[in-house]
Amino acid sequence: MAEEKETIPTTDWEPRIMAFVCNWCTYAGADLAGTSRMEYKPNVRIVKLPCTGRIDPLFIIKAFENGADAVLVSGCHPGDCHYTTGNYHARRRWIGFRGLMEFVGIDTRRLHFSWVSASEAIKWVDLINKVTDEVKELGPFMEYRNLKRGAEEAKP
Amino acid sequence: MPRIGVFVCQCGNNIESTVETKEVAEEMEKLPGVVYTCSYKFMCSSPGQDMFKKAIEENNLDGVVVSACSPHMHEKTFRKASEKAGINPYKCEIANIREQCSWVHPDKTKAVGTAKSVDLTRMVIERLKKNRPLKTINIPVNKRALVIGGGIAGIQAALDIAEGGREVILVEREPSIGGNMAKLSETFPTMDCSQCILTPKMVEAELHDNIKIYTYSEVEKVDGYIGNFSVRIRRKAKYVDEEKCTGCGACWEKCPFKSDSEFEMGLNKRKVIYTPFPQAVPNVPVIDAPNCPKIQKDKCGLCAKVCGPQCIDFEQEDKILTEEVGAIVVATGYQLMPNERFGEYGYGRIKDVISGMQFERLASASGPTGGKIQRPSDGKEPGSVVFIQCVGSRDEAKGVSYCSKVCCMYTAKHTMLYRHKVHDGQAYVFYMDIRSGGKRYEEFVRRAIEHDDAMYLRGRVSRVYERDGKIIVQGADTLSASQVEIEADMVVLATAIVSRTSAATVAKTLGIAYDKHGFYNEYHPKMKPVETVTAGIFLAGTCMGPMDIPESVMMGSASASKILALFSSDEMAREPITAHVNAMTCNACWDCVTACPYTAIDKEEVKDRKGNTVRWQAQVNPGLCQGCGVCVAACRSKAVDLAGYTDEQVYAAINAF
Repeated sequence: MAEEKETIPTTDWEPRIMAFVCNWCTYAGADLAGTSRMEYKPNVRIVKLPCTGRIDPLFIIKAFENGADAVLVSGCHPGDCHYTTGNYHARRRWIGFRGLMEFVGIDTRRLHFSWVSASEAIKWVDLINKVTDEVKELGPFMEYRNLKRGAEEAKP
Repeated sequence: MPRIGVFVCQCGNNIESTVETKEVAEEMEKLPGVVYTCSYKFMCSSPGQDMFKKAIEENNLDGVVVSACSPHMHEKTFRKASEKAGINPYKCEIANIREQCSWVHPDKTKAVGTAKSVDLTRMVIERLKKNRPLKTINIPVNKRALVIGGGIAGIQAALDIAEGGREVILVEREPSIGGNMAKLSETFPTMDCSQCILTPKMVEAELHDNIKIYTYSEVEKVDGYIGNFSVRIRRKAKYVDEEKCTGCGACWEKCPFKSDSEFEMGLNKRKVIYTPFPQAVPNVPVIDAPNCPKIQKDKCGLCAKVCGPQCIDFEQEDKILTEEVGAIVVATGYQLMPNERFGEYGYGRIKDVISGMQFERLASASGPTGGKIQRPSDGKEPGSVVFIQCVGSRDEAKGVSYCSKVCCMYTAKHTMLYRHKVHDGQAYVFYMDIRSGGKRYEEFVRRAIEHDDAMYLRGRVSRVYERDGKIIVQGADTLSASQVEIEADMVVLATAIVSRTSAATVAKTLGIAYDKHGFYNEYHPKMKPVETVTAGIFLAGTCMGPMDIPESVMMGSASASKILALFSSDEMAREPITAHVNAMTCNACWDCVTACPYTAIDKEEVKDRKGNTVRWQAQVNPGLCQGCGVCVAACRSKAVDLAGYTDEQVYAAINAF
């Protein structure tokens, strides 16, 4: 593990964060950050979905598999879902999934869940900055990459 | 191999100043399937659009990605242009490199912005490769409307739709339409009498060829979706044949039994066979069955004996009928918070502590006192009246957190009405703030204070009690920092406007959202204030929150105009972002059915030729499905997928991360 970490140039390493957001609240909130010309760390890549309720936990695993150092899920606040209850489904699924990740030994600081409404550009900016800083401290998600490499090497 | 074109917009300098758009285009050219790229100053301009269409045609493209501003800005523009150039609009995708990149990463070296734009565009290109052409869904529209609630908002909506040439069914729970507005005496800030402006509209609705009114009726069930609702209505037994009744009034004149009048807010009695008020529409009485000795114990029956046209029928039963409509207006109105909750103000304990609505009845010319201000206990004219505002409003501890919006204005009106009728009477008003936003509203309050000498005291009342036949109101005057004690003859409480007790039940019947106070949620608080999340259902009036008469009327008209627009074509186009079930893999666990917030998924029985059930499967109703995708993530066997956001598309984007 320690050996692996040394091979990564830590000085200019930047975390890669994948965000799954809903179209109506968080995506619009992120847009508002832009229209308000706020500034935040450029490490996040957004995948837009109609609703957080559409998020299959496998999306998150797939993101890690593709080299994400952290994954963020964000949608409308409870009670504000464009589709009435989608975010409640997301929350419930998330709680179960997070426990499972913890159980298999994934550092849950790499998993973030938030509510960002269409008007909360500041919250979005703070969130991205906070997550980026935190993940930067954690370093690259080598555990997962090693696991993946191990699995690939074990293939006949 | 797909033939994809990538168009990177510079947006003047908005993108170009922090993103090297040419470099983004060049990078994209390296991806398999990308056959054309360019960078252009303004993709959304007319020359930009022309270039876009020309490029599609000349390069024989079958999919396009526009790297530009947010899809919320110009997705429609480019999809339309794509369609004109001959490719399916859903084969056009937007990569958001302005709001979510160039504007938030103001790095002059352009390194950061360019790198992120490359990533974002690549992800969208990979997603696009999995896009399937989609067709807009056309749904036939039944051009009849249902209005639930016959208050002013509902009446206005019904009249406007009817004037637009469409049939309307107006359902009202009470024996007459008119709602809360019918109870008011005068209306602020013009002081015209409520009945004088409302009853002509009521009659107009009654006589309109396109309006069918069902009073004493309730909506029990709503099935279907926009353009195609099926509504079950219960017409409660009136025990009077509406067709035959002439409204002569012989029955209620002769009826020997009385009960508290709901319309008069308990200030007066009404007969057991009654119309709520003289101008009732329709002018047909109903029998209050629980209080009628004939119906309960088969004693009396006097009304039937005196009825000329023989229209009284004690055997009448509730009727259930089904109406097919294309759109629904919900205008179910409000009620007042029960004053009993405020024991410190003496309501219920002291007879002369009344609610604002009771004061309206006292001041009304058609009210129990004929418009004379008389206190309920002994009928004397009160020499001084204390008005207490914000009873329950803006009081999270005992009432509700919100402002009821109209109380400041109607209290000012009450002080004026009181002064106009009792010339030497003194009105006191305890208030928190005066909220008089609105045309001519502030001037109206000033008139109450300056012209009609209402004494406004800024502070809260702590206690109301009786002493020597007077009502003592103890409170604080925060402006003079002193405690005050006022001897009053009557106290009027401006109680909070709250949602109807039945609000949640009605919302569930209709499938619309409501907030923690029970008020119905609009689709968007600014841009879609009369729509609900359920397509085809609209809101009007105080069922969505406290508001005054002009606002209710405006909402009624706004809903009507939305509905008339919907009814202007025989079919309506819907975005094809809907869920689909793969019948081969569906194992009928019904997790999707439970998860769906729109009851858009049906359980379908598959039968063989002999009619035996082979299996069950889920079936999505595209008219009801709103495309949230909750069912997709809920499905264990991966049998459901969401067009436009398929698993394939999402994974393609993630893999390109």
